[in-house]
Amino acid sequence: MFSNFDFGVIIRALPYLFYEGMSFTVMLTALSALGGLVFGTAIALMRLSGLKTLGRIAGLYVDFMRSLPLVLVIFWFYFLVPYIGQWLTGASRPISVGAFASSLITFIMFEAAYFSEIMRAGIQSISRGQPAAANALGLTYAQTMRYVVLPQAFRNMLPVLITQTIVLFQDTSLVYVLSITDFLGAASKVAQRDGRLVEMYLFAAVVYFTISCIASFGVRRLQARIAILR
Amino acid sequence: MNYHWNWGIFFQPNPMGTGTYLDMLLSGLVLTLETGMLAWIIALITGSVVGVLRTLPSKGANWFGFCYVEFFRNMPLLVQLFLWFFVLPELLPKSAGLWLKQLPNAPFWTAAIGIGFFMSARVAVQLQAGIGSLPRGQKMAATALGLTTVQGYRYVLLPMAFRIILPPLTSEFLNTIKNTAVAITIGLLELTGQARSMQEFSFQVFEAFTAATLLYLLVNAVVVTAMRFLERHVAIPGYITGK
Repeated sequence: MFSNFDFGVIIRALPYLFYEGMSFTVMLTALSALGGLVFGTAIALMRLSGLKTLGRIAGLYVDFMRSLPLVLVIFWFYFLVPYIGQWLTGASRPISVGAFASSLITFIMFEAAYFSEIMRAGIQSISRGQPAAANALGLTYAQTMRYVVLPQAFRNMLPVLITQTIVLFQDTSLVYVLSITDFLGAASKVAQRDGRLVEMYLFAAVVYFTISCIASFGVRRLQARIAILR
Repeated sequence: MNYHWNWGIFFQPNPMGTGTYLDMLLSGLVLTLETGMLAWIIALITGSVVGVLRTLPSKGANWFGFCYVEFFRNMPLLVQLFLWFFVLPELLPKSAGLWLKQLPNAPFWTAAIGIGFFMSARVAVQLQAGIGSLPRGQKMAATALGLTTVQGYRYVLLPMAFRIILPPLTSEFLNTIKNTAVAITIGLLELTGQARSMQEFSFQVFEAFTAATLLYLLVNAVVVTAMRFLERHVAIPGYITGK
């Protein structure tokens, strides 16, 4: 079964796989998670703001993003972003954005929908007395959110947020459809160049599996710690 | 935007000679639904078995269920599809591998089975949570009535647990349908794939993707409505969702 398994291919490709591929994947994951969290929190606040139209717009955005397959969203933004850039800058032709920028915008917009639902649940998990107390102290709405509600919401939702980031880490492999050199893209390019699909895809699977496993193990420990403290 | 819109494009013949561009998209929609349904059947059956294994008193069964879920949850779906499609035939004995590679409609079967197993891990987690949320008394009552473990699950625990997890199962079902789009990478021309090839043939990017988007929204609306009916139909009196 593994008689003609060639580990040399993997070893030779390691620098390319990790310097080019994995650094792209990690960077994309980290920045998308951060951007998604910021936008997602804003959307969650819009939904909970009590302003009907604002809430409805945010709700529509979330439902819309969550109804579409990520692959289709990736294609949408890949073709749409140059036109939006042209419209924003007033250029005469669609501006070209790099692979990284276009995939980053896609993932931030897409993940914002998912992160917003997590943050909404987090904000709703805060007892009514907290904002009331902040109000009594004379804090404004923005201050209440900034100093009282959001820090606790983040804390309560931290395990779920990290779990969603692990999903995001796995989902970034889908930029494969744009022939971008993320970790899987790098593995697949080597695989096709050397005709070593079995080795490269198995190796990619092992790497994704290991990283996700360690991360979800960390989440479980974190969950246990938070559970004891409360 | 100086993009040249042309909504009439859908009624023009496609270069494959299989009717109009609209026919192309609709055939993609049919394939999306077929793949999604088959994958969902696999996910529901396998996921239920694994979910039950995780709640049994047997340590071995728990451990197997745990490993199964972790295995399928910690790898990107795309990588799993590649493993099934490119790697599995090479690892099997020669004749079996050759048979697998020559299978007609290989992308369809690979996608349905791959997505089915991928989603089964999620179904298993939901079902485990559903069974876990039942009051302990339910299991005890089943035992007190003289039901065996199998009968207890069959007549008491599972009917309750499945009703409780119906809403999350709806979103998993929708996820299964959406995940079929990943199969574009192994050459399955489902809805996203057809929209992509329409864009490549006609250069009408946004019309093609708009049409695909509307079709996905339509599928979503139909599934959500149907599941809401089902939820109301199976609601248990006395529970918050019941009458």
